[in-house]
Formats: sequence, structure tokens, C-alpha cells
Amino acid sequence: MARENPFNVLWLQAASCGGCTMSVLESGASGWFEELRAFGIELLWHPSFSEASGREALSILERVESGEIRLDALLIEGAVLCGPDGAGLFNRLSGSGRSLLDWISRLAPLADYCVAVGSCAAFGGVPAATPDPTDARGLQYSSGDLGGALGVEYRSRVGLPVINISGCAPHPQWIMETLQALSLGLFGGADMDSFGRPKLFADHLAHHGCSRNEYYEFKASAEHVFERGCLMEHLGCKATQAVGDCNQRAWNGGGSCTKSGSTCIACTSPGFERAVGFMRTPKVAGIPVGLPLDMPKAWFVALAALSKSATPKRVSENARSDRIEHGPAPGVEKRK
Amino acid sequence: MTRIVIGPFNRVEGDLEVTLDVADGAVREARVSAHLYRGFEQILLGRPSEDALVIAPRICGICSVSQSLVVAAMLRAAQGATPAPNGLLLTNIAHAAENVADHLTHFYLFFMPDFARASYAERSWFDAIEARFKATSGTCLREALPARAGLLEIMGLIAGKWPHSLAFRPGGVAHAIDLGGKMRLLAILARFRGFLERAFFGAPIEAVASLRSAEDLDAFVTSAGRSGDFAAFVRIARDLRLHAMGFGPGLMMSGGAYLGAAGHYFPSGVFDARKAALRAFDLAEAREDVSHAFMRESDPNPAKAQTLPDVHREGAYSFAKAPRLSGEPVEVGALARQAVAGHRMIRDLIARAGASNVLARIVARALEIALLAQAMEDWIGDIELKERFCAPDAPTRDGAALGCVEAARGALAHWASLRDDRYTTYQIVAPTTWNFSPRDSAGRPGPLEFALQGLEVGEDGAASIAVQHVVRSFDPCMVCTAH
Repeated sequence: MARENPFNVLWLQAASCGGCTMSVLESGASGWFEELRAFGIELLWHPSFSEASGREALSILERVESGEIRLDALLIEGAVLCGPDGAGLFNRLSGSGRSLLDWISRLAPLADYCVAVGSCAAFGGVPAATPDPTDARGLQYSSGDLGGALGVEYRSRVGLPVINISGCAPHPQWIMETLQALSLGLFGGADMDSFGRPKLFADHLAHHGCSRNEYYEFKASAEHVFERGCLMEHLGCKATQAVGDCNQRAWNGGGSCTKSGSTCIACTSPGFERAVGFMRTPKVAGIPVGLPLDMPKAWFVALAALSKSATPKRVSENARSDRIEHGPAPGVEKRK
Repeated sequence: MTRIVIGPFNRVEGDLEVTLDVADGAVREARVSAHLYRGFEQILLGRPSEDALVIAPRICGICSVSQSLVVAAMLRAAQGATPAPNGLLLTNIAHAAENVADHLTHFYLFFMPDFARASYAERSWFDAIEARFKATSGTCLREALPARAGLLEIMGLIAGKWPHSLAFRPGGVAHAIDLGGKMRLLAILARFRGFLERAFFGAPIEAVASLRSAEDLDAFVTSAGRSGDFAAFVRIARDLRLHAMGFGPGLMMSGGAYLGAAGHYFPSGVFDARKAALRAFDLAEAREDVSHAFMRESDPNPAKAQTLPDVHREGAYSFAKAPRLSGEPVEVGALARQAVAGHRMIRDLIARAGASNVLARIVARALEIALLAQAMEDWIGDIELKERFCAPDAPTRDGAALGCVEAARGALAHWASLRDDRYTTYQIVAPTTWNFSPRDSAGRPGPLEFALQGLEVGEDGAASIAVQHVVRSFDPCMVCTAH
């Protein structure tokens, strides 16, 4: 695993909340910096952690810009603000007088790999929500449309489009596994989905492995957020439409959104921030508008009707309770 | 006079620029700038009330639970709802976990690495401190980061994930825990206490919580064989006279922290460090001035204001507005919270310097870590598993609603107006908006600007390490400041 040269990473924050940094900082049993070192990943500069400040920090950026320091990967956290009027002045890098739009446009072509950390850098994210006051864009997408701050044609030095580790915030391991694979030269175009998201999380749906699966199967639905039933029918859950292995990984030691009663808002999807009424399911004639990806509507309606009629009392009553009212009846382990 | 610009002023949350006018080796005037504006207050307008629970936490990835809870408090006011007591307990446990994690992150990742800079190489303590606290490579990180991640496992249980969760509701929390969950919470706290007592305090947390004066503190950190990172800091701080540096302007306030059935665990109030006087906290006295902000004029009352950005405004140097309480700048944060609460050691540290100062700010955070670790254990014990964890939502009433909580960095308030459950106004004043506000129309500097005035920077100018200590002692969160 040891590299001859360090894998040079520059991490910049544009219009971000800093949450992606906070997330990745949870990574590593001996801490994030040890984990980076184990893979030969060198942080040229990170706004939250590096000793270099002010003039020292600008000097590092300028040496990267001039080509004096090799840039293996440019990691951007946060949306790129193009407003007002394309000038980018809603977000300037302190001490430099220059917009982040300008810095990122100059640095991205110099990087072997360009990585969007989080949905803001990938697609625009919450700052791009209506009325999009700052013309916030992702690096290569504006919401679901190709383009973004770097343009449709952008390719990094190895010929890849921007790698979009979406999520708000992404799981720490989505960030680290992608970065580790990049550092080892093991990540290529075939490892990304059609929106540039690493398949290592994007080949799954957030729904896969949901602890509420039995309620989903029987369409036994919660009507209040604190009930244990499925969150899809009434409470806006988009886990059957959103990519992410969210329910197959442990978040903060064992959690997930749907486990905690947080409905899935599809935070890995381009344009998720455009929803109005995140926690209410839009319906037409009583049927949810957003049905599971690639499932024919008629089938879904028929199956839902069938499974609702077959729901065991245990499942239907637990679904409307804030706790387990009825445990499973003894089955194979029944006492003789 | 020389003007120097320091930026990107890093190892803070977000991006910061500080401009200093220096004459005769001392800072004459300071200006603090936030150069990021995302428009959250504009984005929230016209949305259903509940959507603020999704949007507002995303202002800040380091105090996301605080942002969730202030929305929940504001909606509680708008709904006239009464929360479930268990919900408040789990809320307080999660909130304390975030705030303690923030205090730890500040200490180990943002503040202490400055003492490992080469400019201190001649100090007797340098070699040990450099090995322990050097940015990104100090040995402390191998302990402190896993301890932080371990503490944040509380979020996995209560909030699903951190940052950014939808688990916090006006009526409590969305997920009831069972007996296993309660035991896991206790186990997480026990493990975290182990880290604190072994590495951070080198002593039982009770020994820190019971310190009553500056003498107690000095005796604690100099007692024979005292190990621990906190004591190492206090000894350095005494050597560098950090208690005589970075004086705040006088007023300090707390909106009250950790709401329970019997009120706030740390009470609300306004403390005047100049007179050691305490008065009641009332946000009706709050006004925002935009004379030096990249903003057009609006109503100065946050209950009525709109946010109208203008990057070309003459004389502006920050996207932050300047909040004032009855016309005065106010310092907020752990030090203000504990001064308002009347903690005797904290009051003593302020009284001896005659003002808030760098040492006292760091000590107050460490003290809160000890106090909260104890409180969290108590709150877990108080959970009644048979009772509810969340009350149902009620329809929102038209009109104004105000929510206020104490984030790690101080008072965080959201003012909203609702009509037919949609926001017609939305104003956010965050802790660092208070601490790092620009000047107001009367020319009064914000608290950091005040604290930097008169600071000796000698020949170092922009490279002055004293500037780094004063600025970082406030633990600024720049992403919240201008949102």
C-alpha cells in the first residue's frame, strides 16, 4: 500500500456548512489523520486543520496554482456561488480578494482528480434551493443538469469528470473509501454512476436494509413521525427512490435516518433541495406520486392493496405506535 | 499606521478575514469580515413551517443540532405545543453531546496547535507541547478524535446520524429508545468519561466541576504529578499571560441552556463584567444594524426585518449584520453562559482581569465539558421508558414566533412570522453574529474587534501569534455568522 510519493490533496471549502468535514473527521479508529497517513495521503492544506494560516496558506494555494506543487486531488466542499451576475462575490476566499469561483476554476484543471464532497459541491445542494439567491451551483451540475460552475466539458487531468460524493452530509466512509481508491489508482470512470457518484454507495437504494422493511412490505404506515411504521405513504420518505447504502452502514456507531424516525429526503439526489413539504408525501387520488424506482405503477398499487389486506395485527398496531406493542408470536421456537 | 489583512484565518469553522490597523506595535483598530453569504433567510420564506427543520440545520455542520433545536423551539411557540419530558431529556443529551464535541474539537484541533508553532520554540514547555498538539500530527489526535467519534455515537442512537438530522421535533424526538438504548447511552458516557479523566483532565471530572476560584484552578494544574491536556493548557496560559489578553467589551449573555421540566439547566441572563451585575435576558432588546454589512437597510427589529444582500454597499466589510442588545455589543459563549449561571471560578477569573479574557474562555469550555458529562449521566437516568418521547404536532398559529437556544458558541435565535403555515419573515442571529459583528452606525466595534484593540503585536504584524490566540479563543463559527 505504501506509495513512493505522497498523494497530494487540497481541500477547499466554498459555500459549505462544514458538515462534510465534520463527517469525515469521524473516520478512522485512530483518527482521520492516521488513516490518511496509512494511505500516503498528504493534506496540502485543509481550512479546518492545517497549521498554515493567512499568508502561509495563500502561498500554498499559489504554489499549487503555478504548478510548483503537484495536485493529485482537489476536494471541494460546498456549492460554488456564481452570483451576483456571474462575479462570484457572495463567496470570496479571505485574504485573497478572489472569489472561490475564480480559485476553483483555476485549480480544477490542474488536478488529476476533482472531487465534490457532499451534495452542495456535487449539485448545488441547499444553497441552490428556491429562490437560489446566490446562483449556487455544483462543480459539474446545476441540480440535475450538466454544466455547473466548471462546465459540461470539464475533465480532470486523467480525463475524468467530477467525482460526486453526494449526501448531506455524506457517510464518512463514502468520502474515505473513494479517496483511498483514488490514492491507489483503483478508481476509474466505471466506478461512477450516471451522475458521477461512486457506485460503492450509489449502487444501492437508501431503502435497502431499512429496519422498517416489514412495515413497508405490508404498507403498514406511520401517520406521525414518532410512530414505527413505514414513512413512505404519508411522511415523505424517498428511500425507495434515493441512492445510498444508508441502511447498510452504521452512521455514528449504528444509526440511520429512517431508524431514528427521520424521513429520507433523498439528500444524495440532484435537486433534493427543491422539494416543498419534505415530510409530507405528495399524492394523486390517494396514491403517492413518487413510487419506487423502476417499479410499474399498476403493480405497486395492486401489491400494496394485497399486502394491506394481509397485514398481521402485530404489524398494523406496531406501525401506529411509538414502541413495540406486540412482539413476534412464537413460531419455530414454540414450546412443545 | 500600517493596515494588515489576515486571511484565510483558518482553524475556525468556516472562512474568516481580520484586518488590523497597527501603530507603534499595537492594534489601533480591527475589522472582522465574513465573506460568505448563502441566503438561508431568503430560502426559508414562503416554505411550510416544518421545512425549516430540513433547511435550517444545514446552515452549520458543526452546530447542526443547535440549529434543529432552535427551529423546534420556534415551532413549539408557533404551535403552542407542550413537549414530552422524555423528548426533552433525549434532546438535551444529544445537544450536550454536540456541544461537548464542539468544545473538544475547538481545544484539540483549532486552539492548541498554535502553541506548537515554531515561534514558541524557545519556551521550556515547547518540545512536549509540539509532540502532543502539532496540527494534524500531534499524538493527542490519536486519542481525542476517536473519543469525539465515540461520543457522537449518541447521535446514531438519538438522531440517526450527525450532522443534519430530522429527529428533533417541537414535541420531542421522533424515535423512542428502549432499555437497550438506555444502556448503550450509559456505556457511551462511561467510555467518554474514561477519556476525559485519563487524557483531558487527568483527574475525576468531579474534581474539575468543583473548582471554585482562580486559586483552586492554579492549585489543580500545578499539583504534583498532574497530567492531562487541560492542565498543560492552563500552565502555558499563565506563562503567556493569556488572562491579560483579549478583553471583551463588558456585556455577556445567555439565552438559557438545556430546557427541562424545571426550566433551564444553565439559566438565562445578561452579565455585565464591568460591574459584576446580572440582569434579565430579553431578546426584545435585540436590534440588527447593517451600516457596515453588505446588506441594504431593513427594519432593525429581527422580528420584522428582511435580508437584502448588496455586495456593492459603500463602507461595508462583512456579510454579517451587527446585532446589539439595547445598543451594546454582547459577548456570548461558554464563558458568558457560566458567568450568567454564577459559577464561582468563572466569576473569579473575570473579576481578577476586570473583563472576559482568553484564558477564561478556554477554561469555561473545559468546565462545561465536566459539568455536561455529569449532567448527561443524570439525564439518561431520568428517562422513563414507559412514557412518550414525542407529543404530536399542532397547527401553527399566524403571527410572530421566536425560538432561542444556547449553541456551543452561545445564544442562537430564530425570529419568524407565519401566515397560513408559510414563513413571511425569517431572521437568524447566531452566536458568532454577536461575537464577530462588524461596527454599527455609532462606530461601536463588535466584541472581537473590541478584544483586538490595543493588542501588542510588536514587530510580527500579521504573523503575530497573539492575534491567533485572541481570535480563536472565541471559537468562531463563520458559516453561522452570515448564513
